[in-house]
Amino acid sequence: MLGDQISTDQNATDRPWLNSDAEPLIRIRGVTKKFGEFVAVNNVDLDIHQGELFCLLGGSGCGKTTLLRMLAGFEVPTSGQILIDGNDMSDVPPYERPTNMMFQNYALFPHMSVEKNIAFGLQQDKLPKDEIEDRIHAILKLVELQDYKKRKPQQLSGGQRQRVALARALVKEPKLLLLDEPLGALDKKLREQTQFELANIQDQVGITFVVVTHDQEEAMTLSTRIAVMDKGEFIQIGSPTEIYEFPENRFVADFIGSANILEGQIVEDSADHVQVLTDIGELNIEHSQPVQKGAQVWVALRPEKIHLSAEAPSEPQPNQSKGIVEDIGYLGNSSIYKIRLESGRIIDVTAPNQIRPKSRSHGITWEDTVYLTWDPSSVMLLNK
Amino acid sequence: MNNRRSRFLSIMLISGLTFLYVPMILLVIYSFNYSKLVPVWGGWSTRWYYVLFESQDVWDAVSLSLKIALINATFATILGTLAGLAMVRFGRFRGRTLFGGMLVAPLVMPEVITGLSLLVFFISFKQLIGWPAERGFTTITIAHITFSLAYVTVIIQARLTGMGQSLEEAAADLGAKPFKVLTAITLPRLAPGMVSGWLLAFTLSLDDLVIASFVTGPGANTLPILIFSRIRLGLRPDINALATIIILFVAVCVAIAALIMFRQQRREEMDQQIAAREG
Repeated sequence: MLGDQISTDQNATDRPWLNSDAEPLIRIRGVTKKFGEFVAVNNVDLDIHQGELFCLLGGSGCGKTTLLRMLAGFEVPTSGQILIDGNDMSDVPPYERPTNMMFQNYALFPHMSVEKNIAFGLQQDKLPKDEIEDRIHAILKLVELQDYKKRKPQQLSGGQRQRVALARALVKEPKLLLLDEPLGALDKKLREQTQFELANIQDQVGITFVVVTHDQEEAMTLSTRIAVMDKGEFIQIGSPTEIYEFPENRFVADFIGSANILEGQIVEDSADHVQVLTDIGELNIEHSQPVQKGAQVWVALRPEKIHLSAEAPSEPQPNQSKGIVEDIGYLGNSSIYKIRLESGRIIDVTAPNQIRPKSRSHGITWEDTVYLTWDPSSVMLLNK
Repeated sequence: MNNRRSRFLSIMLISGLTFLYVPMILLVIYSFNYSKLVPVWGGWSTRWYYVLFESQDVWDAVSLSLKIALINATFATILGTLAGLAMVRFGRFRGRTLFGGMLVAPLVMPEVITGLSLLVFFISFKQLIGWPAERGFTTITIAHITFSLAYVTVIIQARLTGMGQSLEEAAADLGAKPFKVLTAITLPRLAPGMVSGWLLAFTLSLDDLVIASFVTGPGANTLPILIFSRIRLGLRPDINALATIIILFVAVCVAIAALIMFRQQRREEMDQQIAAREG
């Protein structure tokens, strides 16, 4: 329902999934995977296009890894069909698929040097020796590990191992690269740095990436599109902006980032906005789709979209509220405030710490009375 | 309090070491005893070593035992590795539970039962198909393979489970066919387990008296059978000399193993240091 709000300013090359004529690289059709009675993946459909960096995002046990392993050929779907580049993969074993995978703990061969690890895949294709050497040289240059050819995996740091694993998977130039928690084993600083490296490399080689991750930040920075998964199903598929700013339901609004979610009832529906009555008062929400008056809905308000002020707004606004600071979480670059409104409800507000405080006691502190205001366009109306 | 505890600990340590090593030391000392009677000290001498080197039956027994142990260890390692692979890597197959149970049965079965059942088996097969015509080398080897196989399988299973499957999946993903995965990844990774399995099977076979006694035939004496039958006739000092040689041999093997392990540990530590410097 919200895709059309964004699609107006898009070109088809950057967002191939919006071009209905384009033949997708991967077609997943009604795929189900059961382990005994447990349904890991439940009847999912998905198209992924050439050149995408697609993320499967979800908590543990949501089926994302199972789906990835079905693409690689390590698991066979209980029912349904997977097509890669138009070919049905049902009876194709992993070693004959045009895919390569970067494993969660890299799965580097400990008894082989970096060079031999990377050469392994090329040797299986019976490539001539000098071509193997050329390609190893090129790929090591890409991941900046030229000087580490002779090292064993045990002699490398975590970040270097990650790059060897990436090189080993990329060197065969697969149609599709599968990455299982590619940054999961790195510490935070290195992870942030590597996220951009990974996206850059993908851009350079032009290979389609499918990434499994539980880390939403990783998914947001890396992907062209994200599929949010829960209990073996896709909850929402969209670009990072769509997922964050236009979640389709409470699960996504709550899972991606944080959100104040309120239950309410539609009391008025006009051309470009609706009025929703909630326990923090009547909210004015910009919304162009027709809704039914009296319907039960949920609204979500992101903490960073609320403006916090110690002074009352000079002129009355459609969306405003007043409360007392109950708690403050200081994060350095920003602070999270827990504001108790008059109704008793606690609302989270994030505010950037733009100005360095003059003394140790900053502007807003515990037990202060504060005023909250937000824009009608910031409130997200959810119907599920 | 602390003092008393430490004294208790040292007493325990000393008595432990005493019970472990003093008998062996005594055995070594008495092997150099001149006297013909084992418990009577008759002065230093190496005469029993000469007696030992001249007794053909001892050397026949040693060579038979070594031959059996070598063949047993090799076959048990090959079969045990295959069985371990079947149990851990082949998923569920018909009769898997029965197969797993049969594999570990020799571990829990009293040796006399295993020995007896194998004897009955050999006798009835001889009646049925005329094979094995004579009990001895062949029957002992088969019996040893049967029970050492169980130990090797347990080691291989543990190693395979510990290894996880991701390296093999990675190899398959890079285009290696199943046989190539086995030879390039699984077997090299299993090698340490296979070496320990081989050594264990070798030792078990060299050590076995009970099962060998059941399935052996006329004239086929393994070393344990020979020593045991000699002892029934009364202790003789040349057996002490033989035991001393065996102890020396084992000690050298253990020292070599320790040295290899020490080197490996050093190498791992150095790898970690290199990795830490890079990180």
